[in-house]
Amino acid sequence: MSSQVSPEEKSQRSEGPSAGGRRWRQQAWVPYLFLMPFMVLFVIFLVLPLVYALGISVFETRLVGGTAFVGLDNYLRAFGDANFWQGVRRMVVFGVFQVPIMLGLALVFALVLDSGIIWLRNLFRLGFYLPYAVPSVVAALIWGYLYGPSFGPFTQLAELLNFPAPNFLSNTWMLASIANIVTWTFTGYNMIIMYAALQSLPAELEDAAAVDGAKGWQIALYIKVPLIRSAIFLTVIFSIIGTLQLFTEPRIMWAIAPQVIGDHYTPNLYAYTLAFTNQEYNYSAAISFVLGAVVVVFSYTFMLLTNRGELRSR
Amino acid sequence: MNIGRSTERGFTRRDFLRMGGAGLAGAALLGGAACGGSKSSGPVTLTFWSWVPDIENEIKLFEKAHPNIKIKYVNAGQGTPQYTKLRTALKSGTGAPDVVQIEFQYIPTFRQIDALADLSQHGANGVKDDFVGWTWDQVSDGSKVYAIPQDSGPMGLLYRKDIFDEHGLKVPETWEEFAQEAKKLHEADSEVYMTDFPPNDGGWVNGLLWQAGSRPFKGSGDQLTISINDAAAKKVAEYWQALLDAGVVDMAPDFNNEWYSALDTGKYALWVSAAWGPVFLSGVAKQSEGKWRAALLPQWNAGEQISANWGGSTSAVIDQTDFPEEATEFAIWLNHNSKSAKMLADKSFLFPTLEGLLISSEFLNKTDPFYGDQEVNSVFAESSKQVDLGFQWSPFQDYVYTQMTEQLGRVSSGDITIPAALDNVQNQVVQYARSQGFKVTE
Repeated sequence: MSSQVSPEEKSQRSEGPSAGGRRWRQQAWVPYLFLMPFMVLFVIFLVLPLVYALGISVFETRLVGGTAFVGLDNYLRAFGDANFWQGVRRMVVFGVFQVPIMLGLALVFALVLDSGIIWLRNLFRLGFYLPYAVPSVVAALIWGYLYGPSFGPFTQLAELLNFPAPNFLSNTWMLASIANIVTWTFTGYNMIIMYAALQSLPAELEDAAAVDGAKGWQIALYIKVPLIRSAIFLTVIFSIIGTLQLFTEPRIMWAIAPQVIGDHYTPNLYAYTLAFTNQEYNYSAAISFVLGAVVVVFSYTFMLLTNRGELRSR
Repeated sequence: MNIGRSTERGFTRRDFLRMGGAGLAGAALLGGAACGGSKSSGPVTLTFWSWVPDIENEIKLFEKAHPNIKIKYVNAGQGTPQYTKLRTALKSGTGAPDVVQIEFQYIPTFRQIDALADLSQHGANGVKDDFVGWTWDQVSDGSKVYAIPQDSGPMGLLYRKDIFDEHGLKVPETWEEFAQEAKKLHEADSEVYMTDFPPNDGGWVNGLLWQAGSRPFKGSGDQLTISINDAAAKKVAEYWQALLDAGVVDMAPDFNNEWYSALDTGKYALWVSAAWGPVFLSGVAKQSEGKWRAALLPQWNAGEQISANWGGSTSAVIDQTDFPEEATEFAIWLNHNSKSAKMLADKSFLFPTLEGLLISSEFLNKTDPFYGDQEVNSVFAESSKQVDLGFQWSPFQDYVYTQMTEQLGRVSSGDITIPAALDNVQNQVVQYARSQGFKVTE
């Protein structure tokens, strides 16, 4: 505290903490008022269903015999369920390949847009983001048609050019086909996050680096990327969570190629089938929570590995 | 069982009085009862879920004849999506319709969760004799009636006459002949298959098993005998596996654009189909108009006359309804009133379950240019007479179908054979049934 305090400040302070405090206390509830709409919806649509799911996951309802309390039986069954872990493994393989490619592309696009070396920047920005604006069901349906083995455009093009087109909807290619749809949809979304972070970087750094003789790509790689590390970190966490919870694209592909997808292709799809086809609502709830735990483990592991996170204060 | 009656009665005054009488008696009983299902004094609104196209016409007719009942029609999806919504509504206790379209194969599934009202309480047995025997069998349990039959799908072949003529094939009357013709066809033209064995259509597979005499499910209440891989089923499985191994039939999912084009362009020479198939095919394979014909299913032993059913729906009343009386009236009227039933058959192309319609010459003699002016209805009417009795569905049919698709999917990628797939389905279903509390014998 500086010893050079102006007379005005001194008199203000001498009013006493009570006056200012009273004013503060009167307005203490205003922030909560602003939060209220969100909190209400959050509680109704997220917290209450979670509590309900937790509740039913310790029971078992059979078609014959009604409902009974079974404690942690459902969870034990989930840990031993080959179908579930097969789905998790599949998603890990999926994520290991798809997430780096998607985020790599997003980063490149964001850097290119930010560097200002192309015209019509806003048009490109919009164009990259547009796939995310397409409802995922619609996107999956369109891609399903594009992938069609007899009448899809890719196959027809391949036939025209006389080389064998892969059957995109077969067992070997299905995961890659879905990865393609997800990349197409979410690259723009991640790009916008990174682009916003890039835009907030002070221009002086770039100028200083240019003066030092750094070329465009060197500026990008050595200056910009490290500075937007937290934005990249954010997109990776989102991608991990999203990948493990993949549902929409496999669900649509299930209608087109049910003999490839089956009922436990991804963990979320398995939870859905358990509830809506097998009528095993309780076990489905347990599976959902185990999946949630898996997501937490992966996210936390990633945070530990990169030794960053919101836990460290800025 | 009363198939092939000699009198074409149609809907006589006596029937109307019988129905009306039953309805009045039911109303009197209900009027006296204190518990749910009161006959309302004012106009009643019923919610009706159905996916039959143009069913609004029949609804309008009903409302005209019953001024105190209004029908709110909702198309909640076709088949499985509707059943999912229905189950969700039932579980939550609100939002379920009063009358709903349920396919024959899902009646035990919804009976298992006590969703269906017993219509014999409101006079349903009065119309029992007017329906084809096996269809009434499927909706009733002794004197209890859980739905009114609407349409059926007796199976038959739809084949491309032009392809058959081109390669000198004759319409197979036994499955052995079918296999021989299939080999002959594929040898002559390797781009053409005799037909497709879809890995994603449990209903179709079930129809074939049904015809061969397989009975995968028997029992009632919580006692179940499950034998999805019984001898008859294995026979069918081995037969089709041999055809697949020989490369003379394809294995691609059905009811998608690829498959419609395959039928249209002649990649498949034949579709093992059902009575609703002819109209459906004419809508999706427009270029091959005039080239198709209908025939009965091939038999396992020469001279037999056994058929099976694939598909077909009923109108059921939900137990939770506030107006079981009116709902039953609507369910019965929709499918039994001669004008309504005829309209369903003519305009919506539903294959009738009413005896009277099935033997009417107008229905039987109807020619279809898509089928070279063949009297297609008479082929399937004949098949309807031959549908084998005693086939029972499981009380968790969508689970069974999902497992079948799963296992047949493995067949289509070459992992296992069809007989092995049936074994796997058997094991999965038995395990599931036991975990759901059923007492299962294999």
